[in-house]
Amino acid sequence: MFELIVAGIMFAALIFYAVTGDADYGGGMWDLLASGPRAGAQRAAIERAIGPIWEADHVWLILIVVILFTAFPPAFAAMMTALNIPFTLMLIGIVLRGSAFIFRKYDIKSHKVKRGWSLLFGAASFFTPFIQGLALGALSTGQIRIADGRVVSGFFAGWLTPFAFACGLFALALFAFLAATYLTVDPSTEKQVRNDFRLRALCAGTALVPIAFVVFVTSKHGAPEMYRGLTQWWAPLLIVATIICAIAALASLWLRRFVLARSAAIAEVTLILTGWSLAQYPKLITPDITIFNAAAPESTLRLLTYAVVAGAIVLFPSLFFLFRVFKGFSKEKKS
Amino acid sequence: MGMSLAFHIVFAAIGISLPVLMVVSEALYLRTGRPVFLELAKRWSHGAALLFAVGAVSGTVLSFELGLLWPGFMEKSGAIIGMPFSLEGFAFFTEAIFLGLYLMGWKRLPPLVHWFCGVLVVIGGVMSGIFVVTANAWMNTPAGFKIVDGKITDINPIAAMLNPAAAHEVLHMTLAAFIATGFAVAAIHAFFLLRDRRNVFHRSALGIALALACISAPLQLISGDFSARSVARLQPAKLAAMEALYQTQTGAPWRLGGIPDNQSRTTRFALTIPRGLSLLVNRDPNSKVIGLDQFAPNDWPNVRLVHWSFDLMILCGLALIALSMAVGWLAWKHRGVPDGKWILRAIVAAGPLGFVAIEAGWMVTELGRQPWIIYGVMRTQEAVTPMPKIAIPFVVFTLIYIFLSVALFFLLRRQFMQTDEPASELVTKNV
Repeated sequence: MFELIVAGIMFAALIFYAVTGDADYGGGMWDLLASGPRAGAQRAAIERAIGPIWEADHVWLILIVVILFTAFPPAFAAMMTALNIPFTLMLIGIVLRGSAFIFRKYDIKSHKVKRGWSLLFGAASFFTPFIQGLALGALSTGQIRIADGRVVSGFFAGWLTPFAFACGLFALALFAFLAATYLTVDPSTEKQVRNDFRLRALCAGTALVPIAFVVFVTSKHGAPEMYRGLTQWWAPLLIVATIICAIAALASLWLRRFVLARSAAIAEVTLILTGWSLAQYPKLITPDITIFNAAAPESTLRLLTYAVVAGAIVLFPSLFFLFRVFKGFSKEKKS
Repeated sequence: MGMSLAFHIVFAAIGISLPVLMVVSEALYLRTGRPVFLELAKRWSHGAALLFAVGAVSGTVLSFELGLLWPGFMEKSGAIIGMPFSLEGFAFFTEAIFLGLYLMGWKRLPPLVHWFCGVLVVIGGVMSGIFVVTANAWMNTPAGFKIVDGKITDINPIAAMLNPAAAHEVLHMTLAAFIATGFAVAAIHAFFLLRDRRNVFHRSALGIALALACISAPLQLISGDFSARSVARLQPAKLAAMEALYQTQTGAPWRLGGIPDNQSRTTRFALTIPRGLSLLVNRDPNSKVIGLDQFAPNDWPNVRLVHWSFDLMILCGLALIALSMAVGWLAWKHRGVPDGKWILRAIVAAGPLGFVAIEAGWMVTELGRQPWIIYGVMRTQEAVTPMPKIAIPFVVFTLIYIFLSVALFFLLRRQFMQTDEPASELVTKNV
């Protein structure tokens, strides 16, 4: 019972991370790809958008990890052992990206130096979510095997497969799309720059379609259980809903209904992650570790649930306040 | 081992204390309306922002690293001790949110609301420090579970959090963070004040930083005594190593320095205070103190390192306490921030001591726990990742942290130099 609640909480945190933290990575990608006569203005808009919130967004990842090791310690231990290499790479990416961003912001040196930090920031913004997608994909491949609480498949299983790479690419395109869509919304950005981001969102959103198809095709051999999950009764409903959201997002972008596009994009990401979790359920690492056999004792799970609820009571009003002050969700901004 | 933590502890100590300075300064500004305090609060908030950004990154690394390096430890203890980490996550989150508001909200928030955001940053920071230290305390004095037939049962995460060592470790570490940061910041401003004695900006900064450090330092003496007595009770092997006490004896001496020798089980060339340890630990100069002879040699920590680290911590701590007494006396005598040449020089010289003491104290608690990762339950050997070529990840993480520290150092320095100009303008306005 409580293991399901905690798993649900983790899933929610994952969605929050994807729509906030990973969108920040998307911002970094567009920073690297900023081009044309308004490249500087694009970068400024990105910095304005992620500056005040990226640290908070990042904490979702920490939260996912700490909940994972509190509630499902064997799963955590196995993931960190089997995926030691990609996770280490991801951490290097996170470190470089975070430091490059603050360096760029606080280090007022020559233009050239700043450019160097930008480059590093952008490159790490590509690298990190790619690895995240890769690692998440690896968990579904069924190649990571655990026996008697020990990883027996070595350190290279799962994450070097075509399916995992497809997942990594998918993550890249998804977050690029999400970030570009967010960036169209900010009313303080000049109109032409918002249009630049509109074009970019449309491109990334369209690119998602073939990549999603590749993920699906590679899953047949690369992640058979996931493939089976995606062909169950609920799958068509979810896929149709996802496609509707995707079309809605692209159409609203086309029609310049940016706020609507943002909502549709968030819904799309949420549905994609929902589909992934449902196909994965109840496995944390296919096929050996599930929510049930890895769960911590009930006393821990119950307390954790209470703690998370108490934490959420503090957290959500604060978060709302943060976003209200900086992202103009209220009408104050317009007045 | 645990290199990352050695770095993180410094980031965290500054990250906890800088917001305190910033909030005090803003409070003074709100009370007095003097722009110098506003400028200070802003400057310190930039510092806090940098540390927080680095802290967020290094915190992410650490949370993964726990599993990447110590899967065996996490698998066993995650359910027991994950709780404070989860709570820490929330505390950190709150801190992140309100720091964002504080930094970017100078113009968007009413002054009192803005100040209150700063207060919440302080609370979030101190709380996250407390939660993490309870987890470390648990590794020293595991509680909240039972082992039946080699399996862990009866898990009680609350009892694990409120383990016997939690109280003294938390108190000692929080005060240490305030003292170390207070003196380090004071040293920087004392340095600039030495060059320009009339600089109101540096004078005010020095005053606030010294106030924090000098109030905390004498309290640390009490907390240190409390810690030592708790360790004697809870981890006698650690205390014996700290004091290089090989034989159990009544009227045990207190030793400073010397060369402990495991072979002959003696400590040569040490300064000793006869019966000092017995007096300190049990408040009775003739009482018995347990020595290392009560434990099998393979359960001993590295006696030399633990003893020397402990002495280093004590010396730094005593020096800082003496300095804070001197500062307090001068401040009382002159009714103002002390600005004599020699006291300023002493403050500059004492700048790094607090952090030296933190690192040394951390070595005492970590190395003193060896060979256990969970004291008396699990050996460090059993917990480490099965990853072949274990040196590689250690080196990788160490490099990451060195990179972060160097980055931070340069950023803080630049931050300081860069805003120095407007500060001197302020000075002329204020005089």
